[in-house]
Amino acid sequence: MQRQAWRVELEPASGRSDPLGEAALKSLSARGLALNGPLHSGRGFLLPASLERETVATIANRLLADAVNESVRLIAPEQIAETGAQTLIVRRMSGVSDPEAQTATRAIGLLDLPGIAIDSCQVESYRCYRAEDAVDGEALLQAGQRALANPVIEETQLGNAPLGFHADAPSRPAERRELPLSTMDDATLQQLSADMSLALTLEEMQAVQAFYADAGREATDIELETLAQTWSEHCKHKTLTGPVLFRQLDEQGQETERREYSNLLKETVFAATQKLSPDWCWSVFRDNAGVIAMTEDIGVAIKVETHNHPSALDPYGGAGTGIGGVIRDILGTGLGARPFAATDVFCVGPAGMDEADLPPGTMSPDRILDGVVGGVRDYGNRMGIPTVAGTVLRHPGYVANPLVFAGCVGEIPRKYVDKAARPGDLIVAFGGRTGRDGIHGATFSSEALHEESETIDAAAVQIGDPITEKKVLDVLLEARDADLFTSVTDCGAGGFSSAVGEMGEDIGAEVDLESAPLKYPGLAPWEIWISEAQERMVAAIDPKHRGALQQLCDTHDVELTVLGHFADHQRLILRWHGEVFGDLPMSFLHGGVPQPQREAINSAPPQNATAWPESFHAKELLEQALGHPSVASKEAIVRQYDHEVQGGTVVKPYQGAEGHGPGDGTVLQPRLDLPQGVALGCGISPSIALLDAYAGTACAIDEAMRNVVAAGGSPHRTALIDNFCWGDCRKPDRFGSLVRAAEACYDGAMALGAPFISGKDSLNNEYRVGDEEFPIPPTLLCTAMAIVDDVAQTVDTTLQQEGNLLLLVGNTTAEGGGSVLSELLDLGPSQVPCPSWETSPALFAAVHEGIRQGYVAAAHDLSEGGLSVAAAEMVLGANGLGLELDLAQLPGQENQLPLAARLFSESPTRFLLEVPREKIDGFASLMRTLPWASIGQVNASGQLSIQDGGTAVLSLSQSAIARANGVPA
Amino acid sequence: MKPRVLQLFASGVNCDRELRFAFEQAGATVVEHHISTLMAQPELVRDCDVFAIPGGFTYGDDLGAGRVLALEVERFLADELQALHHRGGTLFGVCNGFQVLVKAGLLPNVHGVRLSLTWNTSHRFECRWSRLKVEEALGHILPVGSILPAVSAHAEGQLVLAEGAADVARLEQAGVIALRYADASGEACADFPHCPSGTIDAIAGLVSTSGRILGLMPHPERNLSAQHLPDRGAGAWGTGEEGLAFFRGLLATAKTPSLA
Repeated sequence: MQRQAWRVELEPASGRSDPLGEAALKSLSARGLALNGPLHSGRGFLLPASLERETVATIANRLLADAVNESVRLIAPEQIAETGAQTLIVRRMSGVSDPEAQTATRAIGLLDLPGIAIDSCQVESYRCYRAEDAVDGEALLQAGQRALANPVIEETQLGNAPLGFHADAPSRPAERRELPLSTMDDATLQQLSADMSLALTLEEMQAVQAFYADAGREATDIELETLAQTWSEHCKHKTLTGPVLFRQLDEQGQETERREYSNLLKETVFAATQKLSPDWCWSVFRDNAGVIAMTEDIGVAIKVETHNHPSALDPYGGAGTGIGGVIRDILGTGLGARPFAATDVFCVGPAGMDEADLPPGTMSPDRILDGVVGGVRDYGNRMGIPTVAGTVLRHPGYVANPLVFAGCVGEIPRKYVDKAARPGDLIVAFGGRTGRDGIHGATFSSEALHEESETIDAAAVQIGDPITEKKVLDVLLEARDADLFTSVTDCGAGGFSSAVGEMGEDIGAEVDLESAPLKYPGLAPWEIWISEAQERMVAAIDPKHRGALQQLCDTHDVELTVLGHFADHQRLILRWHGEVFGDLPMSFLHGGVPQPQREAINSAPPQNATAWPESFHAKELLEQALGHPSVASKEAIVRQYDHEVQGGTVVKPYQGAEGHGPGDGTVLQPRLDLPQGVALGCGISPSIALLDAYAGTACAIDEAMRNVVAAGGSPHRTALIDNFCWGDCRKPDRFGSLVRAAEACYDGAMALGAPFISGKDSLNNEYRVGDEEFPIPPTLLCTAMAIVDDVAQTVDTTLQQEGNLLLLVGNTTAEGGGSVLSELLDLGPSQVPCPSWETSPALFAAVHEGIRQGYVAAAHDLSEGGLSVAAAEMVLGANGLGLELDLAQLPGQENQLPLAARLFSESPTRFLLEVPREKIDGFASLMRTLPWASIGQVNASGQLSIQDGGTAVLSLSQSAIARANGVPA
Repeated sequence: MKPRVLQLFASGVNCDRELRFAFEQAGATVVEHHISTLMAQPELVRDCDVFAIPGGFTYGDDLGAGRVLALEVERFLADELQALHHRGGTLFGVCNGFQVLVKAGLLPNVHGVRLSLTWNTSHRFECRWSRLKVEEALGHILPVGSILPAVSAHAEGQLVLAEGAADVARLEQAGVIALRYADASGEACADFPHCPSGTIDAIAGLVSTSGRILGLMPHPERNLSAQHLPDRGAGAWGTGEEGLAFFRGLLATAKTPSLA
């Protein structure tokens, strides 16, 4: 039952603009509801029915409304709103966080109103849309439900229906419940796993059954939930760390190779890191993020996460909590790192898709992209962390299962890199409260999405509250600097169960679950234990520091709770008001999961040569390539992110006097008092990986490396981060391409001397409609972080000076499979490009040295769209400068390649470098025998002109480039 | 003696590090206090010459940008801040800090003018470099007509006046318009993207008639080095020295007895 309330509704005052209302009108119209008059957007608040009208009016006018901009409407508890029949109300469902309401409750206390104690006034917030003219209420409700609300987390009603506070959340019994595993056959075990959403396989359930048979007792619900979280694909990475039999097939389907791995990740990605083990790597694969040295005393930590399934259901909330989660990973690295940069990469379906063409239960790719951009923007901006690198990819394979990658980089003094909880330390939690949000997120993300995901998995979606996380950050860094922690980690997937379970893995832990502060009463103990409610950190502290930490938390208005203590019995003991509800040995929890060998089969990549067109309209093709979704300007997105906060963004994502030139890597200076910085870059090549996962992964690594080197990062101190997003790897064909990708990671890391220091996999990215299954393209995101010794020795991609030469560095080859041109002209599958591990390290080293010694005025790597696109982008950011290039000047035999290949081939490890004439000898001495050629020069034309040995090929002005590229005004 | 800056901290403040760095580069000593500390001990304000509110999203801007912090400042610090101003001290707010000064009624304090800051006309957060033209009212800090490049990074930077153009005239008359957005030629310009918020009459910053209460939307503290300019110091965005000059000038406005 709802409880009655006052309604306070605020609208832009008459004569003031209402862009939200206008946007809503358009969304309704797109859903087939055309209104005659305008639609007014509004903010609504519920206040307790017990308040006097005068008090409500004071709260409304002094606190909630903007006196200049907004008009106020008060609706008394039993009153029916006059305009209610034409007003759509959108409110959060019961239990979904409502940060505005929390802030309002706090602020009402400041008004010093009679009868309202501090922090006592209940508030709920909502949105409303009022049509000025009469409208069919039912039609408004129907269209509005989808167009203006997200049915996963919000509910809609008309304004003339009763509207009051949500009823209290349902209460679950807090009793110790045993599951009689000993009596269950295989079918019952599987049924139990499904009924409890454990996502455990039969073998795993059998292992659990055997454990309890040995122990001579039955399992409790909280123990099964703990095992399911800890053993989930999300937390344990069973596929990548398990044994696998790999078979390579040829084009006829005959086996040509076969090899076995007992632990794929350990023998590929980790193995390279271990063999390389450079002394500048301070922490690899053992903490929430990897850490490398920036100076002797200061390290930089980096982590990239995915948040795919939550973002499919609620793009805004899913992406926001994705960035929120990876920020906590950085906060929970060592004894705490200070975040100074964020990255994001989105893979979504094609633009402009018809609703009718979407699989049932999925949102349109454009709406998903809007939502995820908004989520990253609102979370990152509020945290004060510049979002500086990333990209957007569009491909039909991501329609039903979009990918959202979020990364974070932090700064950490060397002395805080190591941590270890000790027996006797208190287990403390601080930050947000625990609710039912995000129950089973870890197990949910380990299953494929399906048509009903949006209705039955709603609890897996979490809503972020960035200001709570910012307060957590403030407390955490102060506490770290006061040496209050012995260990700290974040609450991510699995909530307290993972955080405490991992921190206590080697020693043991005891937890009193009733001590956790709750958002609302009625949570069962197991719900408290595995809830993935956001913005919570867990730390180990010496009991003597409890008072000091409490004081810090009080200053910053952060809630601190002692959950229990670490022990030396190697067990995990969970109590509820003194009674033991769970008791598991750490050895079984962390080591008991069975690892059956899986099968992996990789089919042969295409062997046919790319059919480059002989006759084509070069200018039109270049314009099309510039407008291709992978190439098109992302500036409109980047400008919504505060990519300059903290004042250290040196090489920016968009460059040049007007800020339209797309950069390669970005360079950040985390400490304004020090010259050092880091360069960040991303590589991702699913269209190549679809044809050949090894080459696609190798190209992604090469691209990430190109990005950081082009900006001025050192290839000799570059760390890589892997994010594998694949389909369901229980199926041998999906797993086969994953094995090849992992092998490419090993080869690339070894060749480049660039170790992977952290990573994450997200498997089961499939969508099921009935019996049909749609996996995403094999997608490896490689993020590179390179150290920059002096941020003054970095360059942009934008042309700098008339008369300078333009050099092409690196080999151009004829493989065009997976390229932008191949897609534009529908050339079909063909041979794909792949970097040469023999020559690329020397080339990266030489280009870096050229930049470091000041020979290079501007640098741009060649990626999607090849040479012509890269050259156009260098003109795009320039202040009136242009380029004249001659493709007959390509090095060696390359000028014999088809013209289309020279213009559009996407061969890796290539750069365009602007070098002043007087520095060309110096640069040449660095290049020695490496492939390079001067192919043109910078002029003052403001356009890109390309010829082929005297024959004009194309000419495009800066404004035409901008138009084709979709540069915003 | 170096000017002493008290930097306010609160939940959601996030431009504190670079602001502190700018003040220190300009020759100040900086202490930082959380609003919760100041609410309990407002007399700490007596130990400073300059009171500064950095940018951020205080309390998430949940009830409008700067609204809740403004309420706290109004209720707990108003007397001490008035006293600081009376004895010659300076009050400064940037971005969210400016929104707080305006919503707490500390700026521009011109009789009969009601104003607020609301969503940009694009209804979007915008992050881009802006050129700010120095108006006469700010001539005691930077040369009139010169350009201060700074980073706009806000969603609610549109200044709205209850009576529109009539109020602009009143502000002009009172001499409180400190900075206006300008185009590449240095002329005041209210068009996007030069003026990212679509604010009335291109107003980017206000200053009290005393010259010692100053607030602006864009961030001059992000402009402390030619390396950080959009063209890396090629000239279209100044030399990279304008930001520091602004902070030196700002500190020099403080005339408290302790600095005499």
